Amino acid sequence: MRALLLAVLLVLTGCSSSQGQEPTRTVTVFAAASLTEVFTAIGKDFEAANPGVKVAFNFAGSSALAQQINQGAPADVFASAAPANMQQVTDALSPVTFTRNQLEIAVPKGNPGKITGLADFGDASRKIALCAEQVPCGAAAKKALAAAGVTGAPDTLEQDVKAALTKVRLGEVDAALVYRTDVKAAGAEVEGIDFPEATAAVNDYPIAVLGKAPNSADAKAFVDFVLSDRGKTALTNAGFTAP
Amino acid sequence: MSRGRLPAVLVVPALVGLAFLVLPLVGLLVRTPWAELPTRLFSAGVGEALRLSLVCASLATVVCVVLGVPLAWVLARGELPGRRWIRALVTVPLVLPPVVGGVALLLVLGRRGPIGELLDSWFGVSLPFTTAGVVVAEAFVAMPFLVISVEGALRAADPRIEEAAATLGASRWLTFRRVTLPSVMPGVVAGTVLCWARALGEFGATITFAGNFPGETTTMPLAVYLALETDPQAAIVLSVVLLAVSVAVLASLRDRWVGG
Repeated sequence: MRALLLAVLLVLTGCSSSQGQEPTRTVTVFAAASLTEVFTAIGKDFEAANPGVKVAFNFAGSSALAQQINQGAPADVFASAAPANMQQVTDALSPVTFTRNQLEIAVPKGNPGKITGLADFGDASRKIALCAEQVPCGAAAKKALAAAGVTGAPDTLEQDVKAALTKVRLGEVDAALVYRTDVKAAGAEVEGIDFPEATAAVNDYPIAVLGKAPNSADAKAFVDFVLSDRGKTALTNAGFTAP
Repeated sequence: MSRGRLPAVLVVPALVGLAFLVLPLVGLLVRTPWAELPTRLFSAGVGEALRLSLVCASLATVVCVVLGVPLAWVLARGELPGRRWIRALVTVPLVLPPVVGGVALLLVLGRRGPIGELLDSWFGVSLPFTTAGVVVAEAFVAMPFLVISVEGALRAADPRIEEAAATLGASRWLTFRRVTLPSVMPGVVAGTVLCWARALGEFGATITFAGNFPGETTTMPLAVYLALETDPQAAIVLSVVLLAVSVAVLASLRDRWVGG
């Protein structure tokens, strides 16, 4: 019992002393799951360029993030995968479109399901993962399937784009509709197949400083950094397209 | 010590602790759109998710009873080497984060998993993204509740009655059915109800292993999670339904947990 108390005390004092030693300011960025890799890299660049500032990310489905922000989550910046989710946030200050993304078919390495195009997404004998319509990649998938005139026969509607991609990575589905950038980030485990209807469902990504941002000065600096040439280059390298 | 003289050092944190556990639930009830409740409850998606939840939790409970009661008996009565280790292993899903259970199930029973691959090539059966997958995920998470409850009851039962039955010529199977099982029935019932409630609330293993498709694998907890993305009011309504079911389950166990 005494050892346990001691351990608790150590942890508590350990936490408070580490907070006391480094007077760092933190920018809290809520960003769409599809931005995970590229924003993590941009965040590191930003920290290097701004000593004393730390970037903390919360990556999730854009709609979940919008809800969290509206419920009072202490976010400084919101980067959404769709304008609709940015509009849900009542508190976003002049959002700007900073990048674009489009869908690609993701299949496991070697394409075991022999997927050739969107038409295969209507084939009930194949295992297909889509995003739920509530999240941007699902809304985009719906548009793309409609443009192709295909009635989708998904086996699962995943809660965000990374979850859909994971099912491809594990080989549990024959194909999923994800962003081109996710296929690129997944590396050799996943192959991407382009399809012509993807241009009918291009996602605009808006970014904004939030009105109740606890750290609005650094938040603005972070947004400017994303919009700068360095940010643009990182986004382009990750497979995003310029707005 | 008499009731009136509890030391403040204990009473204050106790009250804070009570408030911490109860206030979120009160908050849920306060924010519930009671006027819309009936219409929302009977909207297509909710009814479907509730029906699926009840069916899957019940099937998972059947699986747990059929496999779990014998397992509990082996743990309580069997003379096995390493029985303590087996008991520890049985308890693991109880403390394991459910999403980890889901990952483990996916890696073993998924299309590329060693067992899943056999199921697929021999019987053409694939568990992920099916209602059967939901049942498997829920049973995995809920079975320890049943096993522990039944094992505890078996340990508390007097083995001499079983011995007496055996000396009177009853076979071991007859003894189990006619003597052992009736004597631990309250434990089995309590374990079954807990197991069912746990299966009903299961989220992490289900969404990881069985995925999410309305009518097939979207159970109530998954519906709550997705509703929160776009329609928080709907999420609140679904949550209240699950809360009501949970309270009802506890009330049904009142002899055990609510009795003074």
